[in-house]
Amino acid sequence: MTGPAAAIGAAVGESQLRRCLVTRACTGASLPAGELTPGLEAADRWTDEAVSAAGIPVRQADFVTVGGGIGSFVTVDYLRIAGMPKSSIRVLTNLDHPWQTYEYLTRVSQIPRAERIRSDSASRPDNIWGFPSYAVQEAVRRRTLSPLWQVAVEPVFADYYTPRLGVVLDGVEREARRVGYREMVVPGEVRMVRRRMGGGYFTVLTPKPGRSSVKRIAVRSRDVHLAVGYPGLKFLPDLQRFRLEYGDFFHVVNAYEDHEHVYATLRHRPGTVLVRGGGIVASRILDRLMRDRTRHGLQTRIVHLFRTYVDGPHGRHPWSRRRGGNGFAYQGFNYPKSVWGGQLKARMRRLDGEQRAQAYAEMGGTTTAFRRGWQRQLAEGRRGGWYHTVTGTVDEVCRRGREPMLVRIRAADGPVEVPVDFVIDCTGLEADVTEHRVLGDLLRHGGAGRNPLGRLEVERTFELRGTASGDGRLYVSGAAALGGYFPGVDTFLGLQIAAQEIADDLAHRGICKRIGTTRSLVQWLKWMADREI
Amino acid sequence: MVPTLFGRLQTRLVLLAVVGGLVTAGLAPVLPVAAPMADRYRAAYALLAAVAVFGLGWELVYQFLMQWRWEKDWPTLFGLLTLVPEGALVWWANRAGRLPGLSTPVPPLAFAVDFVAVWLAVWLVASGPLRVPFLRWRFSGGRFL
Repeated sequence: MTGPAAAIGAAVGESQLRRCLVTRACTGASLPAGELTPGLEAADRWTDEAVSAAGIPVRQADFVTVGGGIGSFVTVDYLRIAGMPKSSIRVLTNLDHPWQTYEYLTRVSQIPRAERIRSDSASRPDNIWGFPSYAVQEAVRRRTLSPLWQVAVEPVFADYYTPRLGVVLDGVEREARRVGYREMVVPGEVRMVRRRMGGGYFTVLTPKPGRSSVKRIAVRSRDVHLAVGYPGLKFLPDLQRFRLEYGDFFHVVNAYEDHEHVYATLRHRPGTVLVRGGGIVASRILDRLMRDRTRHGLQTRIVHLFRTYVDGPHGRHPWSRRRGGNGFAYQGFNYPKSVWGGQLKARMRRLDGEQRAQAYAEMGGTTTAFRRGWQRQLAEGRRGGWYHTVTGTVDEVCRRGREPMLVRIRAADGPVEVPVDFVIDCTGLEADVTEHRVLGDLLRHGGAGRNPLGRLEVERTFELRGTASGDGRLYVSGAAALGGYFPGVDTFLGLQIAAQEIADDLAHRGICKRIGTTRSLVQWLKWMADREI
Repeated sequence: MVPTLFGRLQTRLVLLAVVGGLVTAGLAPVLPVAAPMADRYRAAYALLAAVAVFGLGWELVYQFLMQWRWEKDWPTLFGLLTLVPEGALVWWANRAGRLPGLSTPVPPLAFAVDFVAVWLAVWLVASGPLRVPFLRWRFSGGRFL
């Protein structure tokens, strides 16, 4: 057997090939060049010949990172500092720059560039050492000691110091230029990653329209890294039902959607807003509503719905008691700080299965930051009678005649009906990993499995368990790996820790240099001097 | 800082040995005390050794106290303020003549200058610059090994 049939045979196996030859559908004979053939789509492992026979152009790289957001950027930054050349790395992405998605999500959830994000002073995606920290940088730039004082006395006598979004993004832009990030980018939409016969992987990319004469290209690489972010938003069923039933996407919005029209409308006429959720995004939305109220003299009323109302410190043991009050559970950052290096990180590395799931449950739950300014706003709202809280779950969101929406809530003390003008959902539920095309494909064809939280199970090195291909490894960092041996994956510092583990694993495999003391010092001096590498 | 117990112990010993050792070397000749140079050095390093040895016990106490913190962290401020109880203990041992290597107690001003200078230097280095040569230190609970 020779030619395309032989190539497909190697990819899909003899028995499947026989079925393919009968139907001829698998040969892809009628498909345009560069298209995925059914044979390729069905095969867990591909041969070079099968890919070539399908007319898919193949490019070569040592290390491919998929996603192109902050996760890819941080990983590439680490590898470049570890000495991996630009020519060895390819970033496969549909983003124009690494901070694009992050900036979009922060903007719509009410963090413009001038606002401060919920991130630690030393948690710098643009600086693998976290030194100088953002507080030091701000102190130097503004010629003031106040950021340093805040860091010195936080969190006891001041809120945690947090950097402004604009400073963070400017830093990422500067570092991207310094490490030559743009030169490594291959623009397009990644469709799938499949193991290659003989080792390594094929990553299939649909080039951006007008950028290529073929429908797909494949990048053949020894290693692949996935940092594709959140699989997607999952709307609460009652809200989704309302939107579909009434075709109304105006009055019911998710906080992660662009919903500026809500604030614009409230500036023109008074209204009631139902805010759902008790996390940091809910705090941001409340802050915006309350600031608009003050700034523009509005009469906005706010009904804040908690599913679980936290009325004080909570936890089953004095050693695991989290601060709380007025409905909120308070925590400085997304996770208890020690997940990023302390005893919680050390403990989680030892846990598997049910024990790990239990540990996640203990530290989990929705939290927000305790900020003195927000506390004052909420207290003012309670005193003024225009901010109310309700605890319960929504039974139904409906419309009654020409009246505003009606939200039927199953509250702890009986059903409640609340007429509102807008609903802003801040519950932030995430979709299942299978809803992401690439991740779902890895579960079906790549040998990947799920962790106790249902995401992708990674090793301590962030290698995706079960997906090794010859001498090649597939790594996953970010939200897709939540539930693994390291909890804080979907944070700046978590992405850096993952990048460090990946870089160290590559060094252990002899692929790049391990960043030791001397290299670290030399590279830091280059960073300080803004010298390109 | 988000330390583990072994991280605490290692960080204390390494920083006192390197940073504390260098600061002591520079400071001993100018301490406000009337004594020959050899005695100055002997006394300053005896104090440094006391901070290290007592500190191993203090770290156990701090680690225990930290368990009441949800975040299981040790804020920068704590790292600075623990100067007070630790300084008081070393001062007591110094006055009581309980420190090996010290024939006579170090006078109060010299003690204060030496102790505070070493403490501040160690605290400042641990608060940032240490991450430059030791990239993994902050992610491993303060361990070097």
